[in-house]
Amino acid sequence: MKNSSSILEVRDLLKTFGAVVAAKDINVDISQGEIVGIIGANGAGKTCFVNMVTGYLAPTGGSIKFEGTELVGLETRKITHAGISRSFQVSQVFHSMTVAENLMIALAIANNRGTDALSLMDTPDLRLKLDEVLKRYKLEPQKDATVSALAQGVRKLLDIAMAVVSKPRILLLDEPTSGISVEEKFDFMDIVMGALREDGVTVLFVEHDMEIVERYVSRVLAFYQGEIIADMPPKKALADKKVQEFVIGKEHHKKKK
Amino acid sequence: MFNDRTAKFLLLAAMMICVGGAFAPNWIVNQFMFGFSRALAILGLMVLWRTGLVSFGHAFYFGLGAYAVAILDSKFGVSDVFLRLMAGAVVAGSAGFLIGFIMRNYRDIFFAMLNTAISMVLFGIVVKTESLGSTDGFAISASTIFGLAPETKYPLFVIITLVGLTAALLVNFYLKTTFGKLTTAIRDNEIRVEYLGFSVAHAIHLKYTISAILAGGAGALMAMSLGQVDPESMINWTVSGELVFVTILSGPGNVIAPFIGSLVFEILRTYAFELAPQAWQLIMGATFLTIIFFLPGGIWSLIEKLGGKKNEK
Ligand SMILES: Nc1ncnc2c1ncn2[C@@H]1O[C@H](COP(=O)(O)OP(=O)(O)OP(=O)(O)O)[C@@H](O)[C@H]1O
Ligand SMILES: [Mg+2]
Repeated sequence: MKNSSSILEVRDLLKTFGAVVAAKDINVDISQGEIVGIIGANGAGKTCFVNMVTGYLAPTGGSIKFEGTELVGLETRKITHAGISRSFQVSQVFHSMTVAENLMIALAIANNRGTDALSLMDTPDLRLKLDEVLKRYKLEPQKDATVSALAQGVRKLLDIAMAVVSKPRILLLDEPTSGISVEEKFDFMDIVMGALREDGVTVLFVEHDMEIVERYVSRVLAFYQGEIIADMPPKKALADKKVQEFVIGKEHHKKKK
Repeated sequence: MFNDRTAKFLLLAAMMICVGGAFAPNWIVNQFMFGFSRALAILGLMVLWRTGLVSFGHAFYFGLGAYAVAILDSKFGVSDVFLRLMAGAVVAGSAGFLIGFIMRNYRDIFFAMLNTAISMVLFGIVVKTESLGSTDGFAISASTIFGLAPETKYPLFVIITLVGLTAALLVNFYLKTTFGKLTTAIRDNEIRVEYLGFSVAHAIHLKYTISAILAGGAGALMAMSLGQVDPESMINWTVSGELVFVTILSGPGNVIAPFIGSLVFEILRTYAFELAPQAWQLIMGATFLTIIFFLPGGIWSLIEKLGGKKNEK
């Protein structure tokens, strides 16, 4: 699947935890602007894949290249600097601060690196940017609320908004809709995907809900026991025998509990 | 740097204290000198505390600062107040920078006790070394200012107040920079800070070094105020405990807090000692318990409550 416009090239990625194989023979090329859904049953290796691309986990073997630069071995923050951001399965925000303060810090770090970090954080310029982000992610009503008092959905939205302020080229979202009620899921994804599309960000997101996958992605990567068993457009993937057996079958099972 | 309420209050208060000190009796001037000297160290511990880090060993830096003054005095005859202060801050700051490479990898109780361990090593070395004054320590000659030897303590009192003011203004500014804002953020969630693209280790290293410089400066000023140093009252782990005590007593809310808290501590201890020479620790302990139960935000939170929202923020 070698593609001239691909910005992320993953080759022979391998990750083992003792006898557990969490990733094996992973070869993927991601093109600029693609929206990719990562599906798979619990423990299939989805988070593991996201963690390796973002430097949270060191692969046992293989290579991950972003625009020609090898990412394996880089610290997480260097990967952020390179242009890859992420959100987390459990949102990682500053829980004792307000929504606005959370975003201010994210904006300040994105804008002031190195010695600039010793200049004032709260500037009019940054305030303008803050208002923009609040508006875009529909977080204005909650801007002065402390994060620990927020609903799960708002926290997830904030988590994603914080990941995006550094203007990444690639964004990886680990189960963005988990913990969000079925009624709110689509509104939530509309806000997120709408905002991301404006920036032309390449998005890879882990998702258990096949309706969401069908609606928002252009390509599906199906994981099973650490391997990619299908890499195809969503319609085709959802009809695929292997995917139905190893991913969707178990999905239905999972939803019941 | 001067255009917020805290800064304005600090400037005004420092001016009033300097003027007032000229008319105040000697014992009050002394209380302020000891209180403000220590406040410098508290300022540094406050920065660490906001980051979620508590050091039970900052007497190490306090002691280094004090002993830098003592050794400059006894071995080289340096008496200039600014040289002495600089020496204390530089020695402690350099040590803090080096040790920071280790400290930045530790958190919680490990961070707290690793500092204690290092301070105990220094304590042991000083106590066992004759040329470092052993358990007796050193007497320190009176400090000179631009070559002049003042007759009263007032000039030193003014200098300590102005040094305190400068440090408070600088820390106040620092806490508003991007680096400085990464205090509560680091305490809340290190992973997020790293993924935003900032090195938590670097941020903690800087804060640690700042706290070492401030504690060293504090030790140097305290040594000059007291006119003597000894390991028991400068490096022992009880001194570290005292610093943490005053930090909690003050509260992390504002850079003004360490100065008030430190002064309250000084006065409290003096009176407790006069009132009940056998049981002064009882009074201090009871005060501490009261603060923890009723004022977890320290004296500063009381000031905020009394002053309503219009007070310094
Ligand atoms: N730190 C670790 N130590 C040992 N095994 C691990 C570790 N992290 C993950 N694993 C194993 O690797 C495999 C893949 O885990 P991963 O978290 O990537 O699954 P996932 O697809 O994200 O599942 P879920 O849908 O539950 O989030 C699992 O078998 C898991 O038990
Ligand atoms: Mg997962």
